[in-house]
Amino acid sequence: MPLLGTLALWLAFLVGLWGAITGFVGGAQNRADLQQSARHATFALLAALATAVISLEIAIFRHDFSVAYVAGRTSRNLPTFYLWSALYSGQEGSLLFWAAVLSLFAVLAQVLTSRRYRAFLPYVAGVTSLVATFFVGVMLFAPANPFTRLPFTPLDGSGMNPQLQNPGMVFHPPMLYLGYISITIPFAFAIAALLTKKLDTEWMVAVRKWTIVSWLFLSIGLLIGMWWAYVELGWGGYWAWDPVENAALLPWLVMTAFLHSVMIQEKRGMLKKWNLALILGAWVLSIFGTFLTRSGVIASVHSFTESPVGYYFLGFLLFAVAACTVLYVTRLPLLEAEATLESILSREASFLFNNLLLIGLAFSVLWGTMFPIISEAVKGVKITYGPPTFNFVNIPLGLVLLLVTGIGPLIAWRRASPSNLKRQFAVPVTVGVFALLILLVAGMRDVGALLAFSFGAFVSGTVTQEFARGARARHRQYGEPTWLAVFQLLSRNRRRYGGYIVHIGIVLLFMGFAGMAFKTETEATLRPGETAELRGRDGHVYSFTHLGISQYNTLNRYVTAALLEVKRDGKAIGRLRTEKRQHVDALGNKTFEPSTEVGIMSGLRVDLYVVLAGLVSGTEEAVFRFTINPLVWWVWFGGFVLVIGGLIVLWPGGAPLASGPRARSQAGYAVKLEPAQ
Amino acid sequence: MTSDGRTVTLSDCNRRQFFAALGGVVLSFGQTVQQPDRQTGSQVYDPDRAGRSQTPVTALDNDKSVQELEKKLRCSCGCGLDVYTCRTTDFTCTYSPALHKEVIGMLGNGKTPQEVIDAFVAQYGQVALMSPPRRGFNLLGYIVPGIALVVAAGVLFLVLLRWTRQARTAEPVITTVPPDATPAELERLQRELDKLPG
Repeated sequence: MPLLGTLALWLAFLVGLWGAITGFVGGAQNRADLQQSARHATFALLAALATAVISLEIAIFRHDFSVAYVAGRTSRNLPTFYLWSALYSGQEGSLLFWAAVLSLFAVLAQVLTSRRYRAFLPYVAGVTSLVATFFVGVMLFAPANPFTRLPFTPLDGSGMNPQLQNPGMVFHPPMLYLGYISITIPFAFAIAALLTKKLDTEWMVAVRKWTIVSWLFLSIGLLIGMWWAYVELGWGGYWAWDPVENAALLPWLVMTAFLHSVMIQEKRGMLKKWNLALILGAWVLSIFGTFLTRSGVIASVHSFTESPVGYYFLGFLLFAVAACTVLYVTRLPLLEAEATLESILSREASFLFNNLLLIGLAFSVLWGTMFPIISEAVKGVKITYGPPTFNFVNIPLGLVLLLVTGIGPLIAWRRASPSNLKRQFAVPVTVGVFALLILLVAGMRDVGALLAFSFGAFVSGTVTQEFARGARARHRQYGEPTWLAVFQLLSRNRRRYGGYIVHIGIVLLFMGFAGMAFKTETEATLRPGETAELRGRDGHVYSFTHLGISQYNTLNRYVTAALLEVKRDGKAIGRLRTEKRQHVDALGNKTFEPSTEVGIMSGLRVDLYVVLAGLVSGTEEAVFRFTINPLVWWVWFGGFVLVIGGLIVLWPGGAPLASGPRARSQAGYAVKLEPAQ
Repeated sequence: MTSDGRTVTLSDCNRRQFFAALGGVVLSFGQTVQQPDRQTGSQVYDPDRAGRSQTPVTALDNDKSVQELEKKLRCSCGCGLDVYTCRTTDFTCTYSPALHKEVIGMLGNGKTPQEVIDAFVAQYGQVALMSPPRRGFNLLGYIVPGIALVVAAGVLFLVLLRWTRQARTAEPVITTVPPDATPAELERLQRELDKLPG
C-alpha cells in the first residue's frame, strides 16, 4: 500500500502539472483538444489522489507501522472512530487530504458549472490543477510524504494525541479544510475572468454559490473548533485568539464581506473591483493561514511541527500574490462600474460601511497576529499580543459591526428619505433602547455586555420587523395565515430571509460572547464528602460535593474519574464527572502525559464547568477548578441558527436570481438605453 | 448463596472451604484496618494514572488579586496562556506552577502587583506580559487598526460623496422601461423615437 500510495502521488503530480499547462494554454489559444485534456486531467487527478487517500487509510486500518505516519499517529488500540481522523491528524496526511478534496472540488466545478460559463472552465481546471499540484509537490519534495517508510517496524504505534481523541476533532479539521479548500473554486473563476477579460457580473453569479458553500464550511469548522476547545482543552473558554484560530477567521470575515457586497454588484453593477479583490484576498488568506499553521513562524498550540514545508508555502504565497496583483492591476480599466451611487443614505452605502468594518476587523486580527513578528523585526523586542489585547482592540469593532448588521436592512436601496428612515428605525431602536434600560435597571454595569445585548435587541427588532412586514404583505395579497406567509417568505426569497436568520445567529453568538464577562471561578481541594460552593452571576448558589474517585481501564486508556453531586440553592440538579486519562498503547506502555476531561453541565443560563486538577498524594482528596460560564449554550445555539440560515440561502430553487441590466430594470433600477446598432 | 438458592454457612462447608473463607475474613479485616477512613481520603489504586500529584489549594492560590495579576503574566511553556489559566488547565506544565510560586513569593515579600509585573519584565522581557505596555512602538499594536479604520471610513465617505455628486451632475438616464419589452421591441422603440423631429 505505501508503494501504491507513493506511485499515486507521483501520478497525481504529473497529471496535475499536465492539467495546469493544458488548462492555461488551451484557454489562451482556444484549443478545444487541450481544453478537453485539462478537463480530463481533473478527473485523473481525483482518481490518483483518491487512490493515495485509500492507500493511506488501508495502511492505518491495517496498523502498518512500517509507515512512519501510521506509527507516529496511531496505535493498535486506537478506537476505529479515530482511525478515520488519523488521516488528517498530522502534517503529511492533512496535506494529502487537502489535495484530494481540492481535486474533488475541481471535478465538481467542471461538472456542475452551467455551460453558459464554459469559457472559464479551462482556466478553472488550470488553476485548481496548479494548486493541487503544489500540495502534492510539497508532499513529494518538502518532504512530507505520508507514505515514508521507517527503517524498522515497531510493534505498536505512538498513538494519537489525547486532545485529538474527541468527536469535535474528527469533524473540525475536515470542515475547516473544506472551507479553506473550496475558496479555491471562486478564486479559480476570478483568475479565469481576469484572463479571459470577461469581467461583467456573470462570472460572479457563477461563483456565488461556491462562496456560500465555502463560507458555510468555514463557519461550521470554526464553531466545531470552538466547541472542541471548550470541552477538551479545559481552560473554560472557546476562543483564545490563537494565531491559527485567527488564520481561519480571516478568510471567513473577508468572505462575509464579499457575500454582502456581491449583492450590490448583482443589483447595481457596482463594486466590481472591490468584489474581485475580496475573492482573491480570501484565497490568499486561506493559503496564508496554511503557511502560519505549518511554518511554526508564530507559536501556536495548533501548529504542526516546525518544518521546511513552511518555506514552500511562503514561496507559493508570494508567487500567488504577485501573479494576482499583476493580473488585477492590468485589468482595472475593464472593471468600471455600470451605475453610480445616488445617495449616502442608501442600502449600497450601508453595505460599503459593513464591508469596511468586516475588512477592518480582518486587518485588526491580522495586525494583532503579526505584531509580535513586526515588533521583533523593527525593535528587536519580543512581545506577546495576547487575548486581553485582542479583546481591547477588537471588541469595539465587533460591537459596531453588530450595530451595522441591524442598520443595513432598514435603509432602502438607492435613496432613503427621512420619513422612510423614521418609519423603518422606530421599532428596532425602541426595542434596543428598551433592552438597554431593562438591563441597567437590573443592575448590569459591564459596558461591553450592555452594548452587546442592546445592539442584539436592536438587530432582532430589525429582523422581526422585516419578517412581520413581509408576512403582512403576503397576508394582504394572498390571504395566507402568518405561519404560511413566513414559510413562503423563506422559501421564495431564500437569500434575503435566510440572510436574516444568519443575522439572528450572529446576535445569539454575541449574546453568548457577552456572557463570558460574567464568568466566576474558584479552585478547591475536596475530600470525599466535602462540598465547595460558588455563587454564579445568575444569583444562584451552586454546590459541588465530592463523592469519590474511581479508577478503571477502558479501550486505550486508564481512567481516574471524580464524581461530584451538584446542587443549586440546596436542591440536587445532577452529577458531574471529570476525569484524568492516561493513554496507553496495546502493550500497556504510556503514550502521552495524562490528559484531563472536563465535566460540563450545560444549561440555558449557565454552564457548570469542572476540571479535575489532580489528586493530593495519591489519595481521593482531589483538587478541582469550578467555573460558572454564563450563556455558553447560546453560542452553540447561535452557531446552529447561523448554519441553518446559511443552508436556507444555499438551498437550490426559490425566486430566480435578479441580475443583469434587464433584471435590474425590472426591479426599478436605472438603466441606460443604448441606441440600436 | 449457592446456585440452587441455599445459604451456605461455615458448618455446611468442607475443610478447604472453611479455611478459604476464614482467610478471606482475615484478609478483609486487615484491609479495613490498613485503609484510612474513606472520608479522610483513602489511597487510590494507582496514583500514577492520575497525573502529577497536587498540593492542596491555599487561600493565596484562590486570591482574586493573585489571579488577576497572574492573568496579566504569560506562561513560558509555549501554550500562549496566562499563568493562572495555564496552571489551572494544563496540569502537565511545570512552568506555570513555578511562576505562580514566584508571584506568591514576591507578594509575600511585600511587593505590589505592579512591582511584581516590573520584576517579571526585568527578568523575562516584555514577552512575559499578556499585553504589551501601551507606550512607544507598542502603541502601534493598539491604535493602528482603529486609526486605519477611521481613515478608511473617512476616505470611503469622501468617495461616496464624489460618487453621489457625479450621479447628480451626470446626464439624466431613462429610469424605466416597459417590463415586458424584448430587445427587438426596444430596438424598434428606439428607431421610432429617432424618427421624431427635434
